[in-house]
Amino acid sequence: MSDQVTTQAFVLPRIGAFGRRLTLNLRGLRRIWRQPGLVLSVLVLALVITAALRPAVFTSHDPIAGRARDALQAPSAAHWFGTDATGRDLFARVVHGAIHSLGGALVAVAVGLVVGTGIGLLAGSIGGLLDQALMRLVDVLLAVPGLLLALSVIILLGFGTTNAAIAVGITSVAIFARVSRSEVIRVRRSDYVEAAFGSGARFGEVLVRHILPNSLNAVVALAALQFGTAILAISTLGFLGYGAPPPTPEWGLLIAEGRTYVATAWWLTTLPGLVVMAVVLSANRLSHAISKEVGR
Amino acid sequence: MTALTQAAPDTVSDDSQPLLEVEGLTLSYDTRQGRVEVVHDVSFRVGRGEVVALVGESGSGKTSTAQAVIDLLADNGRRDSGRVVLAGSELTGLSDRAMRQVRGRRIGLVPQDPNNSLNPVKTIGDSLAEVLKIHGWGSKPAIAQRVLDLLEKVGIDRPELRVTQYPHELSGGMKQRVLIASAIALDPELIIADEPTSALDVTVQRRILDLIDALRAETGASVLLVTHDLGVAKERADRIVVMRGGQIVEQGPTAHVVEHAENPYTRTLLHEAAAVAWATPAPPPADLAERDVAIEVTDLVQDFDQGRGREPFRAVDHVSLAVAKGSTHAIVGESGSGKTSTVRAILGFQRPTSGVVRVAGHEVTSLRPRQLRDLRRSAQLVLQNPYSSLDPRQAVGDIVAEPLVNFRLGNRAERSRQVAAYLDKVALPATIAQRLPRELSGGQRQRVAIARALIIHPEVVVLDEPVSALDVTVQAQILRLLDDLQRDLGLTYLFISHDLGVVGQISDTVSVMQSGRVVEHGTTHEVFSDPQTDYTRELLAAIPGR
Amino acid sequence: MTPRALATRLGQSLLVIVLAFTGAFLMLQALPGDAVLIKFENPELGLTPAQIAEIREAYGADTPIWTSFWHTLSGFVVGDFGYSIQNGTAVRDLLAEVLPSTALLGVLGFAAAVVLACVVAFTAMGVRNPWLRNTLASLPSVLVSVPVFWLAMVLIQVFSFRLGLVRVIGGGPVESLVLPVLTLAVPISAPLAQILVRSIEDVQRQPFIAVVRAKGASRWWVLTRNIVRNALVPTLTIAGVLLGELVAGAIVTETVFGRAGLGRLTEQAVANQDVAVLQAVVVLTAVIFVVVNLAVDLVAPLVDPRLKKEVRAAA
Repeated sequence: MSDQVTTQAFVLPRIGAFGRRLTLNLRGLRRIWRQPGLVLSVLVLALVITAALRPAVFTSHDPIAGRARDALQAPSAAHWFGTDATGRDLFARVVHGAIHSLGGALVAVAVGLVVGTGIGLLAGSIGGLLDQALMRLVDVLLAVPGLLLALSVIILLGFGTTNAAIAVGITSVAIFARVSRSEVIRVRRSDYVEAAFGSGARFGEVLVRHILPNSLNAVVALAALQFGTAILAISTLGFLGYGAPPPTPEWGLLIAEGRTYVATAWWLTTLPGLVVMAVVLSANRLSHAISKEVGR
Repeated sequence: MTALTQAAPDTVSDDSQPLLEVEGLTLSYDTRQGRVEVVHDVSFRVGRGEVVALVGESGSGKTSTAQAVIDLLADNGRRDSGRVVLAGSELTGLSDRAMRQVRGRRIGLVPQDPNNSLNPVKTIGDSLAEVLKIHGWGSKPAIAQRVLDLLEKVGIDRPELRVTQYPHELSGGMKQRVLIASAIALDPELIIADEPTSALDVTVQRRILDLIDALRAETGASVLLVTHDLGVAKERADRIVVMRGGQIVEQGPTAHVVEHAENPYTRTLLHEAAAVAWATPAPPPADLAERDVAIEVTDLVQDFDQGRGREPFRAVDHVSLAVAKGSTHAIVGESGSGKTSTVRAILGFQRPTSGVVRVAGHEVTSLRPRQLRDLRRSAQLVLQNPYSSLDPRQAVGDIVAEPLVNFRLGNRAERSRQVAAYLDKVALPATIAQRLPRELSGGQRQRVAIARALIIHPEVVVLDEPVSALDVTVQAQILRLLDDLQRDLGLTYLFISHDLGVVGQISDTVSVMQSGRVVEHGTTHEVFSDPQTDYTRELLAAIPGR
Repeated sequence: MTPRALATRLGQSLLVIVLAFTGAFLMLQALPGDAVLIKFENPELGLTPAQIAEIREAYGADTPIWTSFWHTLSGFVVGDFGYSIQNGTAVRDLLAEVLPSTALLGVLGFAAAVVLACVVAFTAMGVRNPWLRNTLASLPSVLVSVPVFWLAMVLIQVFSFRLGLVRVIGGGPVESLVLPVLTLAVPISAPLAQILVRSIEDVQRQPFIAVVRAKGASRWWVLTRNIVRNALVPTLTIAGVLLGELVAGAIVTETVFGRAGLGRLTEQAVANQDVAVLQAVVVLTAVIFVVVNLAVDLVAPLVDPRLKKEVRAAA
């Protein structure tokens, strides 16, 4: 047996292993097609992401400037979602608002993910007094209801889109910390981690090779879930007037602006609200699918 | 043996109509891969007062068949065709309401794992009374009295106390007795016992089977005994039905099946069962006493803290043992005997309270974490459950190579050659290196775990119940593999097991543990042929078919 | 729970409250250019620097942080929450004024939520028709995705303006409660129904359920006499989450419906940067949260005997 041959023999299986994981993913994709709800969710998210990045794909109307004579028109072929009191096209405003909601949610999830998962990993893998201290901190974060905590942070940082997003992110730190900690502890107690120590692995090697990859999935599923939650929370802050300032077409703000016309122009509140709901529902559905895929 | 051997099923005449007839039963499950047929065209009969054993390994369809008899397949299960007839009246096609009158009243079920088969938030009394209440049996005080009588009947002490207790306060064996009481509460004509002892300790297993036998004799009920263990079936059943892959491969009166098995699979099963039952361990190699000692444990004590104000729990109580190089020593004991704590101390996973452990020249008890890694080069561990001991996200090749990576041995090419060589040693194809653990069978996984343990040439391998999660035929293969490897590589084994039958096949010397102490030790030959303690005798008697 | 475990648990709870207070205190101390200055330095008020300094002193703005911390903490312990920066009223009086209204809304909303969640979860689990079953089982996740402020407005639109069933303005005390209670019930019932459905499904998969069915029990018997109590424990553990939904729901509901209450007070405190009020609200909710969770810990062992500390070993 020549050296070259065996090297190849080993390289090939490695590629093979990679290809196998790829095919597994393809199989996962095929499973998605059998679930119409999930397909719809992915479609909704794809549309909204496109709207955020390239709003011109969906609408040529201006989201900020409107014509007064078009004011308060009901939904029609010309204005799919109708128009508001200053004659602005509501559909254009919703489309252009996507970037504010999605961007904000992304920032929020990033804050929660980085800080929360960091805390959880530290607490779970080091344990002892540090674990105790960090978890009491998390308890405190949990003891204050999310919206109240976000408002406290906003009062500190000031109003605005980014600050609202950071505030929402801070409210999700606790849950990220809890989930990642319990995942790390679950994996740490697993037989295969004991087997790895038994075969001479150092703590760092076990952490990188076994604990992290196996605890990541639950965190990813949580991130998808928190993405939906963050969109809801950011729109609530926007509605209360602590998020983006007018005339930004942020979704919560859009609904707040429609408040005055609840009696006469139903579309101003109803339609943006339905969009928010569809996006949040889709994110939740996706999260559910991820955690189910993981549980296999 | 209480078996009344009856005529072969073909000759059952009309006047002795069988109690249960299953005809052409075909079952399937709805899975992600589509509809999967798990039971195909299964037909068998259970006569009145008869014990029929449904024998098969995991995936044989035996449990699904039993579930289909009482129409309690899982939600995704379906009966595609076939009939179930109880005492002449057809059960299949009955309405749910009519079927409920059959369940519990005419057919009782003794489930597989007593530990999660009782409602955890109901008292024992309420759980037992439930079947009586469902079928409107008697008044409240009558039910209360009946519950106490039933508990007494199944041999539970202090019934008045037990009815107020919750399942988690009872041992597994007691829970199974409660479940048996529930199954016989309404004097059913048929008792389905679905692996009734597989979750219990060996000595308890025997008592539970005796209890079922006695109750059957008393009430005249028939028993459909579902089991993976042909030894148990041989001992307890009048007739045996052997299933494999969803089909019946052989059935007939027990004596006939045992002596004139036609099917090669049945013969393999019989062979393995006999090997377990009648293993007469050979005397150990003569030079055993002169060999160097590979593992030496002196006065090992392991206490576990139970919180402030409570006596620490002593899991290991002054255990000493010595294992000669190249030999196999077995530690035998039931759950809670301290065998696992002993192993963890020996391998340095847990610092013992006191005592000295020497493994392959290392004094484990005084090692610092860094030095512990050196110990791992010479002492390796194979865990009980191959389904949890392999990282689900790693390919087999990476799993087997991990010890080499940990100790920085060889380059990538060198390691790949080693992986291929060791996969070959454990009789796995080289192509398996790219697979993920979940694509492998239990036996294959355990081979992978063994390859991982051997790849860095350890002197000592500790095997913690390495075959107890596997099917009987696979168990035998793994034991033979271990034997071959020991001879080839000169390994020293420390073999942990609850099953003396398995131990008899592999070990040279043995320590029997009970409640943290070694109650008996010696060569396996001596211990098997001349046991010194009642406990060892009980363990020996618990080997089915012996 | 043993007395010792109870003591530990109480100590932990107290620690969380003190930490929450410290957090709120520090955070609001850290306000850039504190709220007092922002408000009174407004040139329109025409105050002289000397006057401003006087006001600052009155609010304790220039005392060292430790003194101030200790002063505020000891005040909180005896129920003195300081004075509103917005209008100088005692925060205690402000809270006392609005609490009854919010408590009423909260209790009614919570009760409605429990009813709604149970109806959804139990019909979803009891129904045999797979289509209806799936629809009902996925309803909670739809409800979770509903923006509460939007729901409030849609309810007003439909019930007040379209159907004219409930007056938003000028209705009696009962009439004016209907829509707010409904609005508040939805966000609370959604997670509740979700966990109910999930834990019922989990319990249904456990082997002991098959054993009960093998005794001849009907689906209804299994559900009511075996599943419910087992599914209750995981449900209890989300009490804290529900409380969070309640507070957030109250803030939004009271704002949309223009009801006086704790939520409205909070919302206005944020708008006016009224640090003192917000601090009191944060600490108050943290205390309620801790008490609720403590109660859950005490009640849970009654529901599930396995949670009792002393496990008597089997004989």
